[in-house]
Amino acid sequence: MELWIEWIIKAFVLAFAILTGFAYLTLYERRALARIQVRIGPNRAGPQGLLQPIADAVKLIFKEEFTPARADKFLFVLAPIMTVVPAMIIAAVIPLGTQFTLPFVDHPITLYVADINVGVLYLTAIASIAVYGIVLAGWSSNNKYAMLGGMRASAQMISYEISLGLCFVIAIMLGNSMSLLDIVGAQKNMWFVVIQPVGALIFMVTTLAEVNRAPFDMPEAEQELTAGYHSEYSGMKFALFFMAEYEKMIVISMIAVTLYFGGFREFWFLQGTVFSVDHFWWLGPIYLLLKVVVLLFFMIWIRATWPRIRYDRLMAFGWKVLLPLSLALVFLTAVGIVLVQQLGSVYIWFIPISSLIAGLIAVLLVNLSLRRKVARA
Amino acid sequence: MTADLITFFILALIAVAAALGMLLSRSAIYSALFLVLNFGVVAVFYILLDAPFIAMAQVSVYAGAIMVLFLFVIMLLGTETLPASKALPWQRPLAYFLALVLLGESVYLLFFRKVASGDIPQPIQSFGTPQGVGQALFTSYLLPFEATSVLLLIAMVGAIVLTIREKGK
Repeated sequence: MELWIEWIIKAFVLAFAILTGFAYLTLYERRALARIQVRIGPNRAGPQGLLQPIADAVKLIFKEEFTPARADKFLFVLAPIMTVVPAMIIAAVIPLGTQFTLPFVDHPITLYVADINVGVLYLTAIASIAVYGIVLAGWSSNNKYAMLGGMRASAQMISYEISLGLCFVIAIMLGNSMSLLDIVGAQKNMWFVVIQPVGALIFMVTTLAEVNRAPFDMPEAEQELTAGYHSEYSGMKFALFFMAEYEKMIVISMIAVTLYFGGFREFWFLQGTVFSVDHFWWLGPIYLLLKVVVLLFFMIWIRATWPRIRYDRLMAFGWKVLLPLSLALVFLTAVGIVLVQQLGSVYIWFIPISSLIAGLIAVLLVNLSLRRKVARA
Repeated sequence: MTADLITFFILALIAVAAALGMLLSRSAIYSALFLVLNFGVVAVFYILLDAPFIAMAQVSVYAGAIMVLFLFVIMLLGTETLPASKALPWQRPLAYFLALVLLGESVYLLFFRKVASGDIPQPIQSFGTPQGVGQALFTSYLLPFEATSVLLLIAMVGAIVLTIREKGK
């Protein structure tokens, strides 16, 4: 019985952390975008605009909820829910830290909701479900723009999911386990981003496509599709889509940190010092938070500086560049692991060197083909 | 044990209801959604049976596959509901006959089987773990595994060839 209560409390804490994170991520994004565009951004509600998310929430609650005529009512209501739920529950397997002992009762509390032996597969399973909400929203709105947005979103997410899955495979091979806790543990001596830098880069690119962020925000594309799949949504239903997008940003950054950037662990050269999570357990969540904030800043930075990619180029990039490259990286990683097993641990450097070369070849080929296209035109 | 039993019956009820909903629903979209629900419940059954690997594969493979089905429904059929039944004349009697056979078999297995339920051996420790599945796939079942992957590749190439437009035509 005690265990049940522990799990429920942990799940609540995690859910609240993500919800609060969502609220303040909107503020963070608006302030950061403003700074990049040499503006000030929202700074009126509370000190430094810290109460702005609450003001936004109140505004959205009091807005009119509108359901278009001849929309499929049931699915229209279900779609935002089906978009938010996967964004929340996917965080359940992400470890936030090691563990600590509860004072007085001497009961160890681990800092994750669940450590299952198929953690990475759980991530892919939930990610594949996340498409449904968007497609259903597009279809049930009874609106051509929404429909096109939903179709684009599904095509894009299914295409980029393949490269994303292959990047998961690389992390599984390097960590020798599907449990996220084991993968973090395997990065104690060296983060996987150092061993497989191109894999980490592809992971970041595909996650941008998975969460429909710029420059892959095709499904929303205001100029072409008004707002894509959520054109017809207003009030709290729209807020749910908004929430899902930002929660996905947070969660996917947490996954990226866990798989490639050492998770809740310190820099590998800080092992054994007072900065290590083995020394103070509470450093784990703090390190995770710091890394997530840095990755989120990169996402915002990209949105502020990059134009949207044209739809056919987006698909071509996913299928003709990212997929072959990530397949090659899986192969090179496997070769490197065999070399380490057969010849010694120095050969671990085969993986980063060969993957960098593969990435460079890919960039050169893309450059060449683009140039040929320009020459023909 | 009772908690497990109650969970099982609730889930079984949902699974059967979802299957019926899939069959009886007039709208193709709702049919597909009922199918998704059914697969989800089956995945939960796998988790109850201590086979999380198969459960996750069930969700990602089948749910992902139905997504494609979904798109086909939306793109090819449009949003209209299916027309009233235009069943083939021999289809209905055959279906009744096969259903009767299935029912008979189930009743036979349930009441007249030789092995008592207590005699079923416990699965081995590594059953259903990623390591166990991987070991089995890449040692004793390597040839079928590779054959399947080649088959899927051929299917993929076939799909691309079918959709490609020849230049100059």
